[in-house]
Amino acid sequence: MSGLDMAAQAGIWALEILAIAVPVALSVAYITYVERRVIGWIQVRKGCNRVGPAGLLQPLADGLKLFLKETTIPAAANKLLFVAAPVISLTPALLAYAVVPFGETSLFGLWDKPHVMAISHLNVGLLYVMAISSMSIYGVLMAGWASNSKYALMGSIRSTCQMISYEISMGFALVPVMMLAGSLDLVEIVKAQQGGLLHWYMIPLFPMLLVYFISGCAEVGRTPFDLIETEELVAGYHVEYSGMWFATFSLAEYAAMIMIALMTSILFLGGWYAPIPALDFIPGTVWLLGKTAFLVFLFIWMRATFPRYRYDQMMRLGWKVFLPWTLVWIAVVGICIYTPGLSAVINFWMPWR
Amino acid sequence: MGAAYLANEYAPIVIFLVIAVLMGAAPLVLTVLLAEQRPDAEKNSAYECGFEAFEDARLQIDVRFYLLAILFVVFDLESAFLFPWAIVLDDIGLFGFVEMMLFLFILVVGYAYAWKKGALQWE
Repeated sequence: MSGLDMAAQAGIWALEILAIAVPVALSVAYITYVERRVIGWIQVRKGCNRVGPAGLLQPLADGLKLFLKETTIPAAANKLLFVAAPVISLTPALLAYAVVPFGETSLFGLWDKPHVMAISHLNVGLLYVMAISSMSIYGVLMAGWASNSKYALMGSIRSTCQMISYEISMGFALVPVMMLAGSLDLVEIVKAQQGGLLHWYMIPLFPMLLVYFISGCAEVGRTPFDLIETEELVAGYHVEYSGMWFATFSLAEYAAMIMIALMTSILFLGGWYAPIPALDFIPGTVWLLGKTAFLVFLFIWMRATFPRYRYDQMMRLGWKVFLPWTLVWIAVVGICIYTPGLSAVINFWMPWR
Repeated sequence: MGAAYLANEYAPIVIFLVIAVLMGAAPLVLTVLLAEQRPDAEKNSAYECGFEAFEDARLQIDVRFYLLAILFVVFDLESAFLFPWAIVLDDIGLFGFVEMMLFLFILVVGYAYAWKKGALQWE
């Protein structure tokens, strides 16, 4: 490949990346709007409806306000880590989107065979997502420690502990998915669920869907697992951050939340396939994003409905409920695969076998 | 799976890394440049509900957090074993499955011990 070709290729990649990263940033902004409206309706009030038609310009106004706020860097803080922490927590949250397949397209018949719409079609996509998204923990730890404030430090220790606890059940909940799909490739995992609602992994792995989704909720610190920002800690690890610096942490949190919803749709809800094959004429991306939007709505709904967990209850759920559950389910799936009578049943979800 | 595959699939990720860092850092730099900055000693002191901060903030931390971190390492390594095992389960067959169940059993013994000892107790 000549230098010019390589530059052209890099330019195409950069465009692809922007075509994913910019919508992600925009949907983060608008999910904050949707969240306030939905919670408003659930609590029988209006929610934000003043800025622009139906309050639609509210996220922009919020962004502008945060942008024009003063930046405070505490005198006692470790400056380097303090400055690096927001970037380190946002970067992995965005970077995880690199391997998400948003569907297959032949561009209205322009290409003979359908192409996967992903920035990078990795054969270890699932492992990549797990690895990259858990890097966000470093941002939290660094922010809390560098602030040199008691609230920030305690908040960051607690949230790190919460994140690593649920990391385990999250990882284990994915093992049965890999056993059924026989691959770490997100495209292969989706293709193994082709053929309608009954083929989706939510049917044989329903407990794992629950574990994954709820652990994801705890992982990004959403209510009812928002112990990270309890009143006693005033805001947790980002108490010393102001303005845009603070907003970068929430951006990372929302981007991670959308990622959890996307991964749940891909791994358990059939990815870009329609619930009945007859509906497959609707583009796959619409299905995938529709499922994701529903799960994001579920996150918001949960926030409006459930009271917050206590720390000991949260630890109990992660270590004493989810962890044994996932271990049992790994054994159950394995036993189903290797018991002669049952393997015919489980083969329904293992079309590649 | 050669160098071409690596270049094609991992190079975009490297470019994405650069773009993601820029997307994170650019607003932070711009806000410092554009917004009015009026720092003073009180504003830049650590938050302590209006009190003067006493002693250093890097305080001692409950030993249970360390215990939990150690348990995390054990189980995270276990998932590092489970992932590749789940992928090749079809090739290694019943033997591989029984083998992993034995391995899991040994870990569950340790997990039960930690549970019994109260390492997972947070009341």
